[in-house]
Amino acid sequence: MNLLADPRTRATRRALVSLVAFALLWELGARSKAWFGVAVPWVGHVPPPSAVLAAWVRLLGDPGYWQSWVASLLRVLAGFTAAMAVGIPLGLLLAMNRVCRMIFFPVLELLRPIPPLAWVPAAILFWPTQELSIAFVTFVGAFFTIVLNVVGGAGAIDVRYFQAARAMGATGWNVFRRVVLPATVPAIVVGAAVGMGITWEVVVAAEMISGGGSSGATGGGMGFFIWNSYIGGAYEQIVVGMISIGIAGYACSEALRRLGARVTPWLVRA
Amino acid sequence: MRAEAPRRGRLSIEDVVKTYGRGEAAVAAVDHCSIEIPAGEICMVVGPSGCGKTTLLNAIAGFHDITSGRIVLDGETLCGPGRPQARPGADRVVVFQNGALFPWKTVLDNVCFGPRMQGRAGAREIEQRARALMAEAGLAGCERSYPAELSSGTRRRVEIVRALMNDPSVLLFDEPYRALDSLTRSVMHESLLQTWYRDPVTIFFITHDLEEAIFLGHRLVVMTARPCRPKAVIEIDIPHPRDYGVLTSPRFRALMAEASALVREEAEQAFAAGDAER
Repeated sequence: MNLLADPRTRATRRALVSLVAFALLWELGARSKAWFGVAVPWVGHVPPPSAVLAAWVRLLGDPGYWQSWVASLLRVLAGFTAAMAVGIPLGLLLAMNRVCRMIFFPVLELLRPIPPLAWVPAAILFWPTQELSIAFVTFVGAFFTIVLNVVGGAGAIDVRYFQAARAMGATGWNVFRRVVLPATVPAIVVGAAVGMGITWEVVVAAEMISGGGSSGATGGGMGFFIWNSYIGGAYEQIVVGMISIGIAGYACSEALRRLGARVTPWLVRA
Repeated sequence: MRAEAPRRGRLSIEDVVKTYGRGEAAVAAVDHCSIEIPAGEICMVVGPSGCGKTTLLNAIAGFHDITSGRIVLDGETLCGPGRPQARPGADRVVVFQNGALFPWKTVLDNVCFGPRMQGRAGAREIEQRARALMAEAGLAGCERSYPAELSSGTRRRVEIVRALMNDPSVLLFDEPYRALDSLTRSVMHESLLQTWYRDPVTIFFITHDLEEAIFLGHRLVVMTARPCRPKAVIEIDIPHPRDYGVLTSPRFRALMAEASALVREEAEQAFAAGDAER
């Protein structure tokens, strides 16, 4: 077999070429003071990738850097898990019960357009600890997306499936468990993936605004790490923090995609 | 050949009326419709689009109510005075127009669904029977597949096996082969007849395809344009077992001509009434 013709190898090769080309362009741009002759303001401040890489290697031995990872990841997981735990049942309830929908939906629709970051001050006031406030804001980020996806998914189930199930003797709980739930799983997976992306966006901003939590510089999370680097003028570290968030978000999405594929085998094989 | 002494499946539709809405705005979908289907008969129903055939089928299945009249299955009143809507039940399983196999279940789990829900037998027993019925229908080997992995023709056959697993008294078909290409459809017809020869269950079969209707049925009920009511009943006196050879027989052609004249009349009336073919 020709290894180069294998589509997966080819995709990897192209991805590598794209990344290398991007880094090269960045390096050249950062080193040429005037961005290839076109004067772009401030661009000279962006550190070249070689310097970023050097800073990164140095940071790999720094426990504070890793603690930032852990702190942000824990907040994301806490907010995300809570959003799933509350959002999925609520979404199913709203989709299945018209009265509940009429009662809860107006409130939901009123709160939904509020950007998660607008919750930060209120969250800091409401919750006893900084940690809880940040987790709450990440929860808000994922919650509405998850609820709306579940409502949409469960509400769009073809009536034929209900009719078929009932004709074959399924009632109540069995209709819910064997029709509603599996039919909604694909929408839950989509909601989770989108919600996960939002939690990473939100957690970093919340950490910046709230000053990173009670545990000081080391427990501040990735957002605080970036902010702190900015205050300290360590520009390479800002970029390291940014790329770290990119990697973390990508890893979380990939993990969810794989988990999602595992719980929806009928979509994968089709 | 008519099924020898079929045990059950005698379906009587007695003077059934179904109107939507009330008062001035009321629209009649089914109008004093009476059809008597003996046990083990394949009763084909044709009529203009939107005439109310599916409304009638849904009333039998228990998916919605009737305004007046009575539907009786083997002496048991499914719906009638004092009980407008029948309870859906495994004695009347529907095979839907676009299919309703659960996409999230494997073929085997789909086929076993009814008996499992009804708790009629042990898990082992149910699965054995499912495998046996699938093998009979030429479906061995796709037990572990998901419906989306199968061709549309195979999906229809799986769905009929799934229905038969419930030991229904009546199978209700709502244009099950409409979306198939004509070649696949003709294979489906022979496959359905083979199934019926093994298990002569009563069949109430809605279609638009006259060739399908005359090839499969013992009787063909031609419905009027909305509101629907039997306009004529054609006895299809071509002996069973049938195969595709009968399509070219003079008797088949004569029945086709008779039926299409009747259907055309209704379709033209429906068209004139502005209720054109959708």
